Amino acid sequence: MTAGSQMNANNLHEPAAGFDFSNYLRNQNLLQTDGAAPKLKAKKTGTTIVGTVYAGGVVLGADTRATNDTEVAERNCEKIHYIAPNMYCCGAGTAADTENTTALISRQLELLRMDTARPSRLVTAVTLLKRMLFRYQGHVSAALVLGGCDLQGPHIYQIYPHGSTAKLPYTSMGSGSLAAMAVLESSWQENMTEDMAVQLVQRAIGAGIFNDLGSGSNCDICIIKTDGTVDYRRNAVKPNELAPLRAQVQRSGRLNMRPGLTPIIKSEFKPHPVVAAGGETAMEVE
Amino acid sequence: MSVMTYNGAAIIAMAGKDCVGIAADRRLGVQLTTIATDFPKIFQMQPKLFVGLAGLGTDVQTLKNLLEFRMNLYKLKEERDMSPKVLSHMLGKILYSKRFGPYFVEPIVAGLDESNKPFLSTMDLIGATSEEKDFVVSGTCTGNMFGMCESLYKPNMEAEELFETLAQALLSSVDRDAVSGWGGIVHIITKEGVLTKELKGRQD
Repeated sequence: MTAGSQMNANNLHEPAAGFDFSNYLRNQNLLQTDGAAPKLKAKKTGTTIVGTVYAGGVVLGADTRATNDTEVAERNCEKIHYIAPNMYCCGAGTAADTENTTALISRQLELLRMDTARPSRLVTAVTLLKRMLFRYQGHVSAALVLGGCDLQGPHIYQIYPHGSTAKLPYTSMGSGSLAAMAVLESSWQENMTEDMAVQLVQRAIGAGIFNDLGSGSNCDICIIKTDGTVDYRRNAVKPNELAPLRAQVQRSGRLNMRPGLTPIIKSEFKPHPVVAAGGETAMEVE
Repeated sequence: MSVMTYNGAAIIAMAGKDCVGIAADRRLGVQLTTIATDFPKIFQMQPKLFVGLAGLGTDVQTLKNLLEFRMNLYKLKEERDMSPKVLSHMLGKILYSKRFGPYFVEPIVAGLDESNKPFLSTMDLIGATSEEKDFVVSGTCTGNMFGMCESLYKPNMEAEELFETLAQALLSSVDRDAVSGWGGIVHIITKEGVLTKELKGRQD
């Protein structure tokens, strides 16, 4: 039986839902033979994420660096995930966990909206997330800043990997959270205008980008207003733009690879199979 | 030795002008002993869709079979070819389903989509996917490969130049890594067909 699938009467080999632990024992044995480092490197998002409430809604911000240990795996990844038309969630921690957890809860909320015929509430999303994360005792390493507007107003929540939550007027998470919080604590005010809030978030993320090694590249902003509109500004600020610097660098002629440079043992060209054009013809019945 | 460096691997994929290239080394080792110099790590799933699998050799082979199986099921149900984006997402989900007992593989998906535009994506061993427009690397010497690609890569290269660039990037990277190398294989996929070349590399 192929891993990750089950037989049942209607659908042969349907992939199983949920986590599949069939490799767990094998992996324990394999990892025991490891020398110094039994820990596996999964892509983390290092990260600085912030969220704040303002007079007309919430503003979320995030950096865009994803790291594999100390190597930068992705320079411009998206850390602000869609949850519902009126809710977005910033994710820090293990990239695969934040992606899949937010996607799962997003889809559960969509089904719930179909069932209840009502827009989703933040408390619902928070409860779904915390129940799942607590169930996995922190092994699903997703630290989230959830923000949005519902019938009760604008809200920001922070959710920790072990399942604890807090409702706050402003918050930061991730390896750059201290740098960001320093900015937030010194400049945050109640009832800010949209411009003030966006400036504050950009400065907070900037503090993370420049001072925290796990965060970097650009700043994404997402503004969710109480009237229901969403302004998702991907790469709102690009303080590390490489293009102008690179344009100044003279690319050495040695880096242009002339044909025939690399010694070859064998070369083969296989044309693609030709697919018959036109598709199916109708069956003819005599 | 870490489980990800046990067998050794180096895979690079790059996008060119209406073409993609994917290259891999050929070594299979058991820690520092080389036991094969023709171990396939790149697999052609469809005429214009390639998957490169770097990591523990047994999981490379298992995952290749599992992917083929799921792809064949898809083709039977949907009566159409799988696009690179769909394969990439499906692979990400398969890897995440094994979040707490993962396959020790870091895959690369490279292909041309329906409009013959290049598609590149890579993921970590638990399925966190990233799509890139220029190049993606995976294996035991990613530091070397990133360095070579950042230096040699130019956008919009034609197939010939893309081949040379990919080949030089791969060969130079693996020469500074003890557990990868022993030759190389490069596939350049264009809308006409696939050009495959075996590289003459250092055998040490």
